[in-house]
Amino acid sequence: MDPIILNSTLWIGGIGLVSAAALAVAEKYLSVPQDPRIGKVSELLPGANCGGCGFAGCADYARAIVMDNAECNLCAPGGSDCANAIAAFLGRASSALEKRTALVLCCGDDSEAARRAAYNGINDCAAAQATAGGDKGCTYGCLGYGSCARICPVNAIAVVNGLAKVNKAKCIACGKCLAACPRKLIKFVPSAAGIHVLCNSKDKGPAVKKVCGTGCIACRICTKLAEGSINMDGFLAVVDYAKPLTNEDVVAKCPAHCIRKDTPPA
Amino acid sequence: MQTTPSPFTFCGGIHPSYNKELSSGSPIRELPLPARLVVPLSQHLGAPAKPVVKVGDTVTAGQLIAEQNGFISAPVHAPACGKVSAIDETLTASGRPCAAITIETDGSQEWHLLPTFPDWQNADRKELIAHIGAAGIVGMGGAGFPTRVKLSPPADKPIDTVILNGAECEPYLTSDHRMMLEFAHEIRTGAEIIRHILGAKTMRIAIEDNKPDAISAMEKAFASIGGDVAVTVLHTSYPQGSEKQQIYSVTGREVPRGGLPMDVGCVVENVSTAFAVCDAVVHGRPLVRRVIAVTGDAIQQPSNLLAPCGTLYSDLVAACGGLRGKVAKVISGGPMMGFAVGSLAIPTGKTASGLLLLSTGKVSCYTSQACISCGRCVDACPMRLSPSELSQCIEADDIESASQIALMDCIECGSCAFVCPARRPLVHHMRRGKAIVMAQRSAAKK
Repeated sequence: MDPIILNSTLWIGGIGLVSAAALAVAEKYLSVPQDPRIGKVSELLPGANCGGCGFAGCADYARAIVMDNAECNLCAPGGSDCANAIAAFLGRASSALEKRTALVLCCGDDSEAARRAAYNGINDCAAAQATAGGDKGCTYGCLGYGSCARICPVNAIAVVNGLAKVNKAKCIACGKCLAACPRKLIKFVPSAAGIHVLCNSKDKGPAVKKVCGTGCIACRICTKLAEGSINMDGFLAVVDYAKPLTNEDVVAKCPAHCIRKDTPPA
Repeated sequence: MQTTPSPFTFCGGIHPSYNKELSSGSPIRELPLPARLVVPLSQHLGAPAKPVVKVGDTVTAGQLIAEQNGFISAPVHAPACGKVSAIDETLTASGRPCAAITIETDGSQEWHLLPTFPDWQNADRKELIAHIGAAGIVGMGGAGFPTRVKLSPPADKPIDTVILNGAECEPYLTSDHRMMLEFAHEIRTGAEIIRHILGAKTMRIAIEDNKPDAISAMEKAFASIGGDVAVTVLHTSYPQGSEKQQIYSVTGREVPRGGLPMDVGCVVENVSTAFAVCDAVVHGRPLVRRVIAVTGDAIQQPSNLLAPCGTLYSDLVAACGGLRGKVAKVISGGPMMGFAVGSLAIPTGKTASGLLLLSTGKVSCYTSQACISCGRCVDACPMRLSPSELSQCIEADDIESASQIALMDCIECGSCAFVCPARRPLVHHMRRGKAIVMAQRSAAKK
């Protein structure tokens, strides 16, 4: 046999054997014992690594649940099923998780809300906002450059006609879009709630009418109909999700058509 | 007294069409006093001033209406007599809302003046600096850095050279040019006061060679002055008026990274700032008005207007005969570094040197393409950065890498975006990246 082939085989094989021996010794003497429950809890989590629970990903959350006694119902994508499964596995009391979803509090798309200038910069809401306060006439409404849609880990947000919309069926309530929106108009709402005021403008009625065809004009009709579950915050009607809103007339009676009923996802 | 061509010039830079002839021939006019002034409380770099008047108060021109709030800050004075009708927010040219005091003017000519220093040559330097601070004087070239701070360098950084910046390298703008022609004597007095305060031996008046009349006006005004004083004629090149580039062009010294002009023994002051210093020290008038060039092809009569700080753009436009043709873009400042604005209901400030109105024929809407790595932006960058690489890092939200390749050294001059064949909004990327870094820094402080 060619001595080169023999030499190389012996050398490489020898290095391999020595390294394997070193690894075996390390495994025996340097290993860090890990609670086997962490791996199992990790498997029960959905693995989206969205960070919505406040920990650095699913593995870190699993470690926190087992080692630091963190609540087991913080995972929004997993929902109640996941929380119950973890609680049952660990023998802890299960507490129900209210499923939340992100909601864009604006319904003024390009056909309703006028733009006061043509923005020709980079495709980013924060950058548009920093350029003369944004090109939208309304200083509260959705700019529509899709910073929320790009940051969404599950593609639940789409920008349609200059307005971001959250697909409730896909949203895992991780909260990344809330932080990405420079106008802070994305909020968490209970998934079960069906009626929302889709406006964030704190301006008076005439000022809102000037810039948007579908902004809240503070007429207060809804507050009378809703009996406490819609309240005025200055010149803006705000839904109090803690109180059930049963009177669906508010949707039809809103003269600005900014109170909308959730349509089930197609 | 002599005139010398500049011995050096900075690397990079560009040669845009200057279009200064639109307004450079029109003498400075005083704007008829507007009925309403909206005086922003942040007309300078640093913390906004704190209001000291209430709604309903009557104020006299020159009266203090908002006091300095912190070390890097400046007080704000009433630009005219009248009544305070509101203290709320206004939109500013930069796009950020800012607290502002609205004054309904009453046309009275009364002035509330500060004490004067007719014998400033023998006055105490510290007193003069405090006086300049109390007069609310800030750098009028654009950044608005409080002049008081610039004039009090620490003892271990002696200043040997004062550079009077009359380069005005921004296309279209002509306010400094007209100031040099019409107020040469006042600029000289202001410059002498600045030199006296700093105890600097050398003074250079830096002017680009496309303004020969300003060069001769300055030569004449400074002819009888003693000491090492000279007009330095700079090559016409953008951004020759930028502080660090100008120091290199005039003295050959390079300001170290992250450093200040005082690190190389220089202080650069704009000619309009020198005028304001003279106005405050000799006449006791605080900084409440400035010359602003209203120009572009979409205005009837391009003019240089002496306007109170707080004049709305709409009043400036009305004083220039109104709009002409179809206005496509309104820029606060020059076309290179100015801010496009979406409304004329924005007030001027101490740093507003121009208002540019361009018609449809002068502006284009580009779609930006991917970087083709041609390297033209690298050649053009006067700070020797790599704008293409920086912008790609920022686009990928990799702000850390961008910071490592000196994102914060960018002076946002716009040379890179001007030469980019892919029409990439490079400066916009830099501004976004810098804003993120600043936000991270202030979050880390808290």
